[in-house]
Amino acid sequence: MNTIIKLARRNIWRNKRRTFISAAAIMFAVFFAIAMASVNKGIFDHMEQGMVKSFMGFAQIHSNGFWEDQTLDNAFIYDESIKKLPSKYKEVQDLVPRLESFALASFKEGTKGVLVAGIDPDKENGLTKLKDKITQGEYFSNQDSTVIIAEGLADYLSVKIGDTLTLISSGYHGATAGDNYIIKGLVKFGSPELNNQMVYLPLATAQEFYAADGLVTTLVVDTDRPNKIHQTVAKLRKNLGETYEVMSYEQLIPDLIQARQMKEAGQTFMKFILYIIITFGIFGTILMMIKERQYEFGVLTAIGLKRWQLSLVVWLETVFIGFFGVLLGILISLPLVIGLNTNPVELTGDAAAAYIEMGIEPYIIASTAPELFYNQAIIVFFLVTILGFYPLLKISKLKPVEAMRN
Amino acid sequence: MNVVIETSNIHKIYNETKVPVHALNGVDLKIEKGEFTAIVGPSGSGKSTLLNIIGGLDRPTEGQVEVGGQDISKLNDNQLIDFRKDNIGFVFQAYNLIPVLTAKENVEFVMLLQKRSKKDRDKRVKELMEAVGLGDRMDNRPAELSGGQQQRVAVARALASKPTFVLADEPTANLDSKSTKDLLDIMVRLNKEENITFVFSTHDQRVMDRARRIITIDDGKIVSDKHID
Ligand SMILES: Nc1ncnc2c1ncn2[C@@H]1O[C@H](COP(=O)(O)OP(=O)(O)OP(=O)(O)O)[C@@H](O)[C@H]1O
Ligand SMILES: [Mg+2]
Repeated sequence: MNTIIKLARRNIWRNKRRTFISAAAIMFAVFFAIAMASVNKGIFDHMEQGMVKSFMGFAQIHSNGFWEDQTLDNAFIYDESIKKLPSKYKEVQDLVPRLESFALASFKEGTKGVLVAGIDPDKENGLTKLKDKITQGEYFSNQDSTVIIAEGLADYLSVKIGDTLTLISSGYHGATAGDNYIIKGLVKFGSPELNNQMVYLPLATAQEFYAADGLVTTLVVDTDRPNKIHQTVAKLRKNLGETYEVMSYEQLIPDLIQARQMKEAGQTFMKFILYIIITFGIFGTILMMIKERQYEFGVLTAIGLKRWQLSLVVWLETVFIGFFGVLLGILISLPLVIGLNTNPVELTGDAAAAYIEMGIEPYIIASTAPELFYNQAIIVFFLVTILGFYPLLKISKLKPVEAMRN
Repeated sequence: MNVVIETSNIHKIYNETKVPVHALNGVDLKIEKGEFTAIVGPSGSGKSTLLNIIGGLDRPTEGQVEVGGQDISKLNDNQLIDFRKDNIGFVFQAYNLIPVLTAKENVEFVMLLQKRSKKDRDKRVKELMEAVGLGDRMDNRPAELSGGQQQRVAVARALASKPTFVLADEPTANLDSKSTKDLLDIMVRLNKEENITFVFSTHDQRVMDRARRIITIDDGKIVSDKHID
């Protein structure tokens, strides 16, 4: 075995230039595959995280049927027994109440459909750090009857702090709702979706506006163990029974999850092409290697090296070149990936507009998830293993006399 | 007497060509332990074909080959590789050595395949390299050795496995006269002192002159067989 490894190792450095050229081909393909996957994952992870952390939470509890039919008729009473729920689950920090509905917001001639969230200012801040997102004006308290709105919406309506925003909607059980609120603060969200349509009211004010006294539509699960969210969701589902629905973040942001899947599917094709390049690169090397060394292979089998041992030598050489290429590819991708991870590039102009149009934040950010890198090694190993059958086949048919006839 | 090679009625027909080539037409041959035999004959007479068949590198179309009493036509390809490893030392015309291994490692190679102990290997490599006069070139790669030195290392390698006999197909064809003489001196000495059986083919009169038996073949048949004393 050591003999085989020694032979393989020495052979790799025998034709240094070829080893480097083959490895370089793999290096570039791996570099592009990593860069592409890393940026894609980076952007989507960032958006998911943004959506989840700044608004959705890792899970939500609603009255059963609310998500399908988001009307106030599906609100439920925020009573003492619900307020005590968090203490029963060690993984649940808090259940943050919201009264969520739609409304038309208008200022002067401008009108826009908005998402209204009646929130408990303290609890909400504990969950989403909403207070930190204030860019102008101030955060409100439970006693206020003012609004905080998202910057994008403020731009759209051309409102500023201190202006009075008119909200019109239909309230609980069809009551007409309409009132004016002074804008107390502006918040900024990364997600274009949130930034263009969020309006926050203190919970009591929202309940009053919607004639939904004591009611909420949503409890956002505040957890310190997001990795275990699926177990937590299952547990909550079991304990809360049929009256409530408990949804994890994947169910709450299906559009984003789907957009991601589509983007990834598109990239699969690109990756496929890259791996074809790798495959041909390696295959070319194998062909040359076998052809050049016919005579030597003849001598080796003549003096007693078994065919499988010889195949193993060639396979090890190929594996090495493959890994060498992968390693180089990873190394040259690191500066880019780490750079874009720590310093995301903010797009401007048309590119930014196009991104926002698609509901994507205009940032190029890279993910440094380890699987992005070791997946490359796994794939190349897989390719090399498959390709390794070619020399195996050739060598199994090798006749020393023929191999050595020049 | 101790017969190491015995062939009976060997025929070899190459069929891959348009017209089948009858390379060997009934060769009966017996070689005994300790012989120093040259196979001679004109180009295309079948010398290489015969040596390849005796060495288990190729199979006869017809006839039998026994080495040390064992019928090697009964072995499958893999068994044949093992058989060659343990019984036959090969010296080819050129490029015998593995370029990426040093002289020492080339000689050691077959012993590694035989799983011999390190102590055993080291001792034998040293002995053999000294026997071929290259005790000081152990760590050189083949490319750093002259053609004659490479052939001497090849002889050392052929002997490393303690084979039943050594087969050499025109071992001096690429050598100048000085290297040819050196190589033959070594082969003759190993034959005399260690009773190693050598069978080699050659065109070279100076090589034939050193042989103790000369088998001449022509058109795939043995036309003369002379023992020289
Ligand atoms: N693989 C092959 N296919 C077809 N014909 C072959 C093959 N190998 C050898 N021959 C033919 O068989 C005959 C004997 O060839 P062989 O190589 O044994 O001769 P040789 O005596 O060794 O010649 P040389 O002195 O030139 O080495 C020749 O006619 C040769 O052309
Ligand atoms: Mg010949």
